[in-house]
Amino acid sequence: MNMNLKVKINKQAVTRYKDSLRYALYVMTHPFDGFWDLTHEKRGSMAAAHTLLILTFLTNLWSMRFTCFLFSDVRWERVNIWTEILGLLAPLLLYVVANWCLTTLFDGKGRMKDVYMGMCYSLTPYILIMNPITIISNFVTEEEGAFLVYFNYLALAWAGGLILVSVMQIHDYSLMKAILAIAFSAAGMMIIVFLIMLFFSLVSDAVAFFISLGKEIMFRVY
Amino acid sequence: MKLRKKFAAALLAMATVIAVCPAGVANATTVNTYTYNYDYWGLEYESPDAYQPMSYTDGRTLGTTALKTPQNLFARDNSLYVVDTGNNRILELTEENGTLTLTREIVEFTGDTEVLTLLAPQDIYVDTNGDIYITDTGNYRVLHLNKDLQLIKEVLRPDNPLIDQENPFEPTRIVVDRAGRMFVLAKNVNMGVMQFEADGNFIGFIGASEVVYSLADLIKKKFSTKAQRDQMADFVPTEYNNLYIDQKAFIYCTTDNYTAEDLDAGTAKPIRKLNSLGGDILIRNGEWLPIGDVQWEDFGGMTGPSRIMDVTAMEDETYYMVDRMRSRIFGYDEQGHLLYAFGGPGAQLGYFTQPISIEHIGTDLYVLDNSTGGITRFARTEFGQLIHDALDEYSVGNYEASAKYWEQVRAMNGNYELAYIGIGRSLLRQKDYEGAMEYFEVMRDHENYSRAWKYYRKDWIENNLGYVIIILVVLGFIPVVVKKIKKIRWEAKMQYEYESESKNK
Repeated sequence: MNMNLKVKINKQAVTRYKDSLRYALYVMTHPFDGFWDLTHEKRGSMAAAHTLLILTFLTNLWSMRFTCFLFSDVRWERVNIWTEILGLLAPLLLYVVANWCLTTLFDGKGRMKDVYMGMCYSLTPYILIMNPITIISNFVTEEEGAFLVYFNYLALAWAGGLILVSVMQIHDYSLMKAILAIAFSAAGMMIIVFLIMLFFSLVSDAVAFFISLGKEIMFRVY
Repeated sequence: MKLRKKFAAALLAMATVIAVCPAGVANATTVNTYTYNYDYWGLEYESPDAYQPMSYTDGRTLGTTALKTPQNLFARDNSLYVVDTGNNRILELTEENGTLTLTREIVEFTGDTEVLTLLAPQDIYVDTNGDIYITDTGNYRVLHLNKDLQLIKEVLRPDNPLIDQENPFEPTRIVVDRAGRMFVLAKNVNMGVMQFEADGNFIGFIGASEVVYSLADLIKKKFSTKAQRDQMADFVPTEYNNLYIDQKAFIYCTTDNYTAEDLDAGTAKPIRKLNSLGGDILIRNGEWLPIGDVQWEDFGGMTGPSRIMDVTAMEDETYYMVDRMRSRIFGYDEQGHLLYAFGGPGAQLGYFTQPISIEHIGTDLYVLDNSTGGITRFARTEFGQLIHDALDEYSVGNYEASAKYWEQVRAMNGNYELAYIGIGRSLLRQKDYEGAMEYFEVMRDHENYSRAWKYYRKDWIENNLGYVIIILVVLGFIPVVVKKIKKIRWEAKMQYEYESESKNK
């Protein structure tokens, strides 16, 4: 009996997860409607957002590895998986934090979770376009490859547009306000980086001070 | 613990020294050049020696006084002329079986009536008739002598508004084409190469390097006062420092006056090949431009990029540049690919203190060292010869023969980029597209790989047209079939629900 219930709950969770993931496709094509329902109607889920983020990272890896050498210059001896992860995750998290800090002050409706979800759902077109591009790149010559670049731009532009709409819908902002929010979020990201660096530099100075203090004391005592 | 670590480190260091030292010593006696080339990423790869230093000749071995700041070498047939600027003379050496013997010392010549001398000459050119042209720099003139050293004409500062009339005319380098036209470089003349008619009339300049402004320079200039502007370096074309005229009468000119930023931006050209109109026709098809070293680090007073001092071009249109910064010699093929680089700073045979001029007799290279006053002869090794054989066969269209040579080159140096590309090209000609693609991909040759792939793809599609059509048709039908199945399933479900509902009732 208990077992049955558990299975049932899991089944429900799986269905919800599947639905929320499939909802990314709807968001991609109907951004205004989609992003509104994503948070306000709870059509999206954090699990799906995480999945999309991981897929984006895998897309990056996969396109590094399998894009024809004509179109990519990857020096594998210089690639570090942690740097790759950080390169995607750090700006994203910084943006989420900066955007949330800012929008909370300027009556944005979204929570931090919503901002994160909006960001991750916005990456859907990038995933869907870059993967076929990677495969196609192995079947074209260098001259024919020019259109691949345009698709690359298209993917980025689409994702960028979705981010803009996500800010508008999640926080219930006007277009102008959303653009400003994004611009100031970018500034906020820089400030956060600056603060982190400042913090580490101060901490390391402090640590160095206490170490030398300790050494001095040991020197005096013994 | 810590002590043990230190001890291990010391041991390791000692082992390294011991391991390296004998090799270095052994190198000094047998193979003592360092030959390398660059790969796609600009990384240096060591290579077998393409040229080996054979002998060193200076004033002592020639049986004359030591050379003093010699400026230039010139080779005609098997005569090698050394311009011994500091001693106001020019030595004519004859090469026989790799040894140089002094045959004539040009110190003075017969003018119209009297005997005249040279003063700090800097360059000599000897044409096919034996006529001698000398830039007698200290006497502010260019001399044209016959082979018995009798003056035919002398060229002084042209009376032309293009030439600075206040300062003395100091010609430094000269080459002459078959028609007797003289091409002269002079100190403080930066508008290109001065061109003189056979009768000594100045016609004009050719090959002035285009002036490159950077945006930052322009803005800086806009917002500075006149006094500041005068202090700034003028936007002037760069001065050439050497000339070489090849068999087809194309003039190679070199310069060592550029910044690392200009080189990176591709605007500086250390070497040019001028046609008769002064246009630069040097082919730059290599992955890297012909600028000498493509990566450099500052070490032991050697900073920044290569500084090209002289160039010599062989009959197969490969050319060799000498770099004074790291005392290296760079060999390039006609297409601008780096073939190999060798030499370096030092006092051993094959190394230089201040190389200033390079010449060739046959396939041998002669390099003049300005500060030691010696001439080093380099001879091609088997490896170097194979590279040139392969290039020669390719240029006359014997692609298979060329590939055979490249195969041998590859056996001696598995990192040699041109060998792979050469073999790949030959396979491409033989319609082995897949094999060609493999070779091109190894060296990341985009252009050739694309070409091979295009043919390969065309062939594949033609051979498998039936399958392609079948696959396309199947792909076209899949959505239709899926729709049909969905419809059937839906209908079945409806039917089932209807039935169960009616059963319940």
